[in-house]
Amino acid sequence: MKMEADLIAGFKEKTNKMLGFYTEDAKLSKSYIAVAFIALLVGGFLGLLQGLNRAGLLELPTWFNYYQVLTAHGLLLILVLTAFFTIGYFYAALSHNLGGLLPKVRKLAWIGFYVKLVGFVLAVIPILMNEASVMYTFYPPMAAHPVFYIGLALIVVGVWLCCIGAFIQVANWRKNHKGQHVPILSYFATGVFVLLFFALMFVAVEVLFMIIPWVFGWVDTINVMVARTLFWAFGHTLVNIWYLTAVSAWYVVVPKIIGGKRWSDLLTRVVVIALVIMNITGGFHHQIIDPGINAVVKFMHVFMSLAIGFPSLMTAFALFAVFERTARRKGGKGLIGWWKKMPWGDVRFLAPFIAMLSFIPAGAGGIAQSTNQLDQVVHNTMWIVGHFHLTLGMSVVMTFFGISYWLVPFISNRVLTPQINRLGVIQTWIWTIGMICMSGAMHYVGLLGSPRRTSYTTYGDHATALGWDPYLMLLAVGGTLLIVGVILQVYAVFNMMFFAPKGETEFPIAEEEDNATKTPYLTERWGIWIVVMLIVVAMAYVIPLTEFIVNAPPGSPPFKTW
Amino acid sequence: MKMHLDEKIWLTISFGIIMGFMLITGYQAFALEMGPPSNMETIDPQKVDQTAPFDNPGVKKIGDNEYEVVMTLQAFGFNPNNIEIPAGAKVTFIMTSKDVVHGFEVAGTNINAMVMPGHIQKITQTFDKPGSYLVICNEYCGAGHQLMSTTITVK
Repeated sequence: MKMEADLIAGFKEKTNKMLGFYTEDAKLSKSYIAVAFIALLVGGFLGLLQGLNRAGLLELPTWFNYYQVLTAHGLLLILVLTAFFTIGYFYAALSHNLGGLLPKVRKLAWIGFYVKLVGFVLAVIPILMNEASVMYTFYPPMAAHPVFYIGLALIVVGVWLCCIGAFIQVANWRKNHKGQHVPILSYFATGVFVLLFFALMFVAVEVLFMIIPWVFGWVDTINVMVARTLFWAFGHTLVNIWYLTAVSAWYVVVPKIIGGKRWSDLLTRVVVIALVIMNITGGFHHQIIDPGINAVVKFMHVFMSLAIGFPSLMTAFALFAVFERTARRKGGKGLIGWWKKMPWGDVRFLAPFIAMLSFIPAGAGGIAQSTNQLDQVVHNTMWIVGHFHLTLGMSVVMTFFGISYWLVPFISNRVLTPQINRLGVIQTWIWTIGMICMSGAMHYVGLLGSPRRTSYTTYGDHATALGWDPYLMLLAVGGTLLIVGVILQVYAVFNMMFFAPKGETEFPIAEEEDNATKTPYLTERWGIWIVVMLIVVAMAYVIPLTEFIVNAPPGSPPFKTW
Repeated sequence: MKMHLDEKIWLTISFGIIMGFMLITGYQAFALEMGPPSNMETIDPQKVDQTAPFDNPGVKKIGDNEYEVVMTLQAFGFNPNNIEIPAGAKVTFIMTSKDVVHGFEVAGTNINAMVMPGHIQKITQTFDKPGSYLVICNEYCGAGHQLMSTTITVK
């Protein structure tokens, strides 16, 4: 009997391997995804509190004030949700694509998991104690409790461990598959981890070598402009890391779900390379109205930022071309009649599709606000908040939601039931309407001048500020719809993880077209692309950083203004 | 590699749009001198009160309906505050921060500038329309950030 059971177990393990499913690796991804969606739940509720406060409907208590809530909301959704989802998703892809994770890689990812969690807890404690109401941007010379920065440093180390794990995994595969292209989703993963690895260096230098010595009192003052510049070299890259993660699903997964083929393999890889090379330099557009940087350097940076728009416009073409081609193959006719052939009732398509659509206004807004004078109109207003809720909250997060409806069943050895699919479709529409209300209100009220990161105020009943109130009310309506969306989504994820019927779910990866041209091996030469990236980063940052350091004013001591 | 004609047209237009933005931004910044506030002067942030011109903040008339406002920003206020100027006045704000990072925004105008400790920021605006303009700090600066505001009255 025992032998028979062993045989069956062994056989099952073999079929799983054929399907590219590895139990140990699935457990890892499951843990990452679970943390991501718990972060969404908590962060979402904190967001609701802010929305209600901004509309003047809710006064927050002194022991948990608006700025504490806002700092925690940012940290949970911008760092925890995105980092844990990205790592969980790409580690599942690496495992599936590359024949299972190497034991040491899996170990690194687990160590990274716990280091990040410990770091996160350390960062949150001072926030709850009102010792770190400094926002996720923590601009010096505001100084939080030292433990907050130690927590951040640990999160950085945890993510680095996952980057190194991914590099080892990919390098090992390449050694055993000489001359072959890394499978496309793992190629995206490589790009994402390369970006993460280098982007984190900037913030690590800021936190470890500038802020920590300063908050412990080992040095008296800090160079605020250098700290701020290093932060945004990291901060904006992080934005594009999420975006690249979402794009990977648009190029590779969505075509499979609609029953189509992938767009040109070469162009896809070119987009990845372009985004890796040009991303870090984009951070400077957060500093367009800063002092200490002259107009010529700022103009160069407009180019550096707008250049990122080009691969995105390539992507826009590719995706809609895939949709049309697939729909026509299925008998779709006419200029727009082919739209009817798309699987609108399948949440795995619907959510990422609306996410893509939202990237059209989101990307256009991004191009507008990267240009000097237009940025001056909207800088630090609610417009910016509207912009990143459209990009992150819609384009990226809705894609993550769409991914969850096959990834969670895949790693849990369960299936997506029609009921959960229907729930997902409803969730998608609630989220869409909620985000349109909220982000639309934010964009508009921002144009009127309403500032971001400011708790409810009428500025002594000034007529201008009172004129913002109706839009802030619409913002709160959107926020309320969104919390309904959050609850449905988190329910769906944990249902699929623990309660859905057992069964096998496919990891959807679209094939290339039959007559596809062969991709040159040049795309695999990461050494070249990283050198090019470093040259571009040097072009962007050497001049301003030298200026800030050589012509530095006396530094600033730490301040606690809250 | 083969690329469809449609895609070539699309990418050419895409490239054109980006270049268009560049040219217009450059024209505005350099030919029309509408560049974003980018003053290069520095100051010791711990000695603002002892350093000219910030030892004497206030509104100064420097020409025919032309004014200079020397202003310090500090959690959670502007000095001077409740400024009054005649309609049509061209006003240059010269600002620095005495503590953390602040923002200087005048709602309903294009005035929007970061004011950093250690740096002197400048921005100029002509106020043609009379009225009460709301001035706010738009960079989170602490517990009373939502109170940091004042007005400019144009008569």
